Amino acid sequence: MSERNQTEQDSGNGGASRRNFIGAVAAAGGLAAIAPGIHLVQVSQARPAGEGASKAVRWGMLIDTTKCASGCNDCVKACATENGINETVKDARQGSQWIRKIDIKEVKTGTTHSLPMMCQHCANPPCVDVCPTGASMKRADGIVLVDRHICIGCRYCMLACPYKARSFVHQALTEQNPEVPRGQGCVESCTFCVHRIDKGQQPACVETCTQAGHNAMLFGDLNDPNSEIARRVAQVTTTQVRADLKLDLGVRYQGI
Amino acid sequence: MKIEQYTPAEERLFYVLLALGGLVSAIGLAAAYYMEHFGHAVTGMTNQVFWGLPHVFGIFLIVAASGVLNVASIGSVFGKKVYKPRAPLSGLLAIIMLAAGLAIIMLDLGRADRVLIAATHVNLTSVFGWNMILYPVFFGLVGLYLWTLMDRRMNAYYKAAGFSAFIWRLVMTTGTGSIFGFVVARQAYQSAILAPMFIIMSFAWGLAVFLLVQRSMYSWNNMVLHPAVRQRLKNLLGTFIAAVLYFVIVYHLTNLYYAKQVAFEHFILVSGGIYPVLFWGGYVLLGTLLPLFLLYHPAIWKKSGAVSVAAALTIVGGLCQLYVFIIGGQAFPLEMFPGMEVTSSFFDGAIGTYVPSLPEILLSVGGLGIGFTLTVVGVRVLRFLPQDDLAMLTDAGYLHD
Repeated sequence: MSERNQTEQDSGNGGASRRNFIGAVAAAGGLAAIAPGIHLVQVSQARPAGEGASKAVRWGMLIDTTKCASGCNDCVKACATENGINETVKDARQGSQWIRKIDIKEVKTGTTHSLPMMCQHCANPPCVDVCPTGASMKRADGIVLVDRHICIGCRYCMLACPYKARSFVHQALTEQNPEVPRGQGCVESCTFCVHRIDKGQQPACVETCTQAGHNAMLFGDLNDPNSEIARRVAQVTTTQVRADLKLDLGVRYQGI
Repeated sequence: MKIEQYTPAEERLFYVLLALGGLVSAIGLAAAYYMEHFGHAVTGMTNQVFWGLPHVFGIFLIVAASGVLNVASIGSVFGKKVYKPRAPLSGLLAIIMLAAGLAIIMLDLGRADRVLIAATHVNLTSVFGWNMILYPVFFGLVGLYLWTLMDRRMNAYYKAAGFSAFIWRLVMTTGTGSIFGFVVARQAYQSAILAPMFIIMSFAWGLAVFLLVQRSMYSWNNMVLHPAVRQRLKNLLGTFIAAVLYFVIVYHLTNLYYAKQVAFEHFILVSGGIYPVLFWGGYVLLGTLLPLFLLYHPAIWKKSGAVSVAAALTIVGGLCQLYVFIIGGQAFPLEMFPGMEVTSSFFDGAIGTYVPSLPEILLSVGGLGIGFTLTVVGVRVLRFLPQDDLAMLTDAGYLHD
């Protein structure tokens, strides 16, 4: 320490300018440390690269149909943008729809509801049961995915899914999002925006719904009793679509 | 050993048939390549009706492949002598039809180039996964059975091999029926009755195919099936056709018993457009009642060609039945919200439409071409023409005069 002080004293003015420089570097470094820190508020839940998904987590979604307006397609558009679902199809029946808006009307009372429908991320997914290659799989944290690299395009999972949640890619694709591989001849479905979740972000549909002020979609860890979704699911009556199948869904609906 | 030489006319016929079968197969393969290259956008299949005509033909062949082995089983397992000379042809057709059916299904895959992944991955909760085991073992067992029939040194084992193949074919068709039976999501399927129903369908369709192939081979060799054998076989076909009808009635009655299935039954049987037409006109009338009439009318069944026409109609009826079952089952919308009217941009709540495109039709017919070509080559190389021994028939009690 004394040796370094001596050196600084010896350097005279030069030493002062170096201190200024070090100070400036330290300030810039501090700023650089703080700036990602702002981002770190969001990525604090992110999983470190190389670490597997945790069984302790069960990602889920709660959809409040009383806040979901008929005709609003914000979540559908956000999904398409995020996942690069932008191809033009000649026949609309051959196009992929990872999330869609369904309008339902009770025949007897005339009551109507509008709600988004997508992969329900079942705890006991029939698509995974029937897949002959292991392409349909469930991650430890409950997210049901298709490994587009080993899917052979047999469409058995589409037959097995009670929610019509899966689409088959009928044509060649271009301009894909590198984080969301898709491909002709393979089956695909909602991933809960797994690439965003792993970075500590929300699925694109939920983020957009919230940013637009609709607040009809809530995403989080159903296993964490302190999470908002777990608290809400514990407080209000929620519905699992086709609960008779006992698939234990990750997506729940409120208000239907 | 003296090998009978073919006449020039027979040689010519063989090559004409080979060329014809080869051409149809090649067109089918070209159609598959076209679909693979441009994607399923060039088919009539959609995200609602995603199994189409290739699946109807492919599953028909796979089911009938199991049934065609029945002829051999009756001889080897149940000891009926009249069926024994037919066992080699029966086994050969079983292998060929399974291969042709699988060819269609595999060529229709979105990524047919990855089929080895399915062959090397085991998922025991998947009925498709079971089939990856069931089909190769079937090939092996029927091949072994043919070996025991053709090689005198192996003759001692033919009963054991025949019995194994018989049991395995029942398991295999249980697997095919369960592809649908284990699907809980859809009104058309999710029924335990589908496994035995597919087995009895395999009996009828397989025997029908066998009778047509046998008839063609006899015609080309200027032979006539002995009336006693013919009567025995036509009675068996009639019994199988009636048994399929019984299962179909029970299947629909079971669905009607559950209130939630009534809408689906109304769709399939009454209001669903092409599906009721194919069910009543194709399956019930053409594929069941007319063949039963032809087979059991005391004067008509004896006329030349009557049994063959009945067999051909059984096949047409079977294809209609599968079309209604597979495509009609998908066209009817999934019921996610009981008691609700449902609409969406993804055609929720709407009846799915499906019109097969030319490539699909060509692939399906191409699969039949592959089966035909392999049969033409197989029966020529292996000389599996069933020949009845009059002494054997008398001994077996088929001839009384």
